[in-house]
Amino acid sequence: MTAFVSLENVSHAYAGAEGAPAVEGLTLDVAEGEFAAVVGPSGCGKSTLMKLATGLQFPFKGTVTVAGERVSKPVKIAGMAFQAPTLLPWRTTLDNLLLPLEIVEPYRREMRRRKPEFAERANNLLGSVGLRDQGGKFPWELSGGMQQRASLCRALIHEPKLLMLDEPFGALDAFTREELWCVIRDLHASRKITVILVTHDLREAVFLADRIFVMSARPGRVIAERRIELPRPRDLEVTFTTPFQDIVHELRAHIVKARQ
Amino acid sequence: MTMTRANLLIKASPWLFTIGLLLFWEAVVRAFNIPTFFLPPPSLIAQAFVEFWGPIARNSWITLETTLIGFGLAVGFGLLLGLVVGWSRAIYAGLYPLMIGFNAIPKVALVPILVLWFGIGFVPAVLTAFLISFFPIVVNVATGLATIEPELEDVLKALGASKLDIMRKVGIPRTLPYFFGSLKVAITLAFVGSVISESVASNYGIGNLMLQAQAQFQVPLIFAGLVALAVEGIVMYALMAVLEKRMTRWAQRSGFSQT
Ligand SMILES: Nc1ncnc2c1ncn2[C@@H]1O[C@H](COP(=O)(O)OP(=O)(O)OP(=O)(O)O)[C@@H](O)[C@H]1O
Ligand SMILES: [Mg+2]
Repeated sequence: MTAFVSLENVSHAYAGAEGAPAVEGLTLDVAEGEFAAVVGPSGCGKSTLMKLATGLQFPFKGTVTVAGERVSKPVKIAGMAFQAPTLLPWRTTLDNLLLPLEIVEPYRREMRRRKPEFAERANNLLGSVGLRDQGGKFPWELSGGMQQRASLCRALIHEPKLLMLDEPFGALDAFTREELWCVIRDLHASRKITVILVTHDLREAVFLADRIFVMSARPGRVIAERRIELPRPRDLEVTFTTPFQDIVHELRAHIVKARQ
Repeated sequence: MTMTRANLLIKASPWLFTIGLLLFWEAVVRAFNIPTFFLPPPSLIAQAFVEFWGPIARNSWITLETTLIGFGLAVGFGLLLGLVVGWSRAIYAGLYPLMIGFNAIPKVALVPILVLWFGIGFVPAVLTAFLISFFPIVVNVATGLATIEPELEDVLKALGASKLDIMRKVGIPRTLPYFFGSLKVAITLAFVGSVISESVASNYGIGNLMLQAQAQFQVPLIFAGLVALAVEGIVMYALMAVLEKRMTRWAQRSGFSQT
């Protein structure tokens, strides 16, 4: 098993920030097609990990490798989604989805010529997250959950090999959140995409991930790693079973320890 | 039915209030026998308006022209400087104190210097209008650019977007509501600038007309000048408001934050 995303003994401090580095001696490997989740106390460097893996920040020590290449500039094979949907209010939902294609090569060059084809692709993607025929609406005409779905689609439109999700469902109600868990689960299953998910919700992590990394308090590093062997495809019912609950408890214990 | 009547009332309300104010003014002046050289009643002002229609129209036109040229310069220059300032944190940090300092100077104080450089008349008036009105435009444009959500910037940067891409796709569109919002403030200030300069250093314009009327003790004419200015100000403000509405419909409908 070769690693698709690999951080080796990485330390990073933000320019101008005082005190301990954001992450220190962080080591972690994610295999191609794997679904990894990262949990840890607030401020431990989870978002920093995302920025390091996508080439938005560069460590002062250690190496970051993605798809066999050392990261020295933004990696263009990644799609990102955050807690806030950050859709552009002056564009329709469909045009919001097309935004990445206006930036990433080779699509950027072909935008004019292949626009109908791209729009078709965007519409199919919207359909796959339950937003069929909503592309013509503006983001502010959609509910929070719908906006978050659209934001997911935007992260996927350029067919990235790597999907980075930073607390994507943090702002949603419990039911919508579980619905979107299933959306992500199906996207991962059908596209064989590598996913790294940062979350505060341990149930979310256990339900979705193949492997969970627990990070220590700042400066963040991995203090525990837990493989989730629950069989796939997983149904929401699995979250009520004893083995599931046991894993959640075990992880909780790690976090409680990390916070001290 | 009641809805439309309520709407009608709201539409008519500004006119009703204006007429009400004028009637009240007229009544007060008559009731208390206020001397007309102190506060002329609206009827007398209207009379002066008719009597001096020629000079008022000519000078209003000059003031409007002066203001619009100064305002136009402010829009061009303000937009440019705003883009530069909002482009980079370093430029923002460097220019900010300078701009604050500049804005703190009462622009009237600059008129003598402008007169020294350009002589009295048209040019210092245009420049005063420009200097006084460009600041809110710069600040608004720079604010629009500087407040791009960092997460959105990350999404685009991770795709390999250049600074120029981010400005074109996000920065400039999201700045438009701030920019058009600032035009309403700027046009009003531009009038202030041109009239100030006209009244101290020019032989033309409404500012000058009012000054001369004062020297000749034609108090109704002073007020007629004020009314002419008010009308011009309201019309230009309304134009800017319509422009803003037209250009940034999405911002109003989505409740996009505005300053
Ligand atoms: N741009 C920045 N400049 C300076 N310091 C930063 C910056 N971003 C994050 N930090 C610091 O780095 C540390 C890690 O931040 P990070 O955002 O990675 O935490 P996190 O684990 O994502 O937290 P949360 O769970 O609350 O989102 C924090 O202590 C934070 O204060
Ligand atoms: Mg975070």
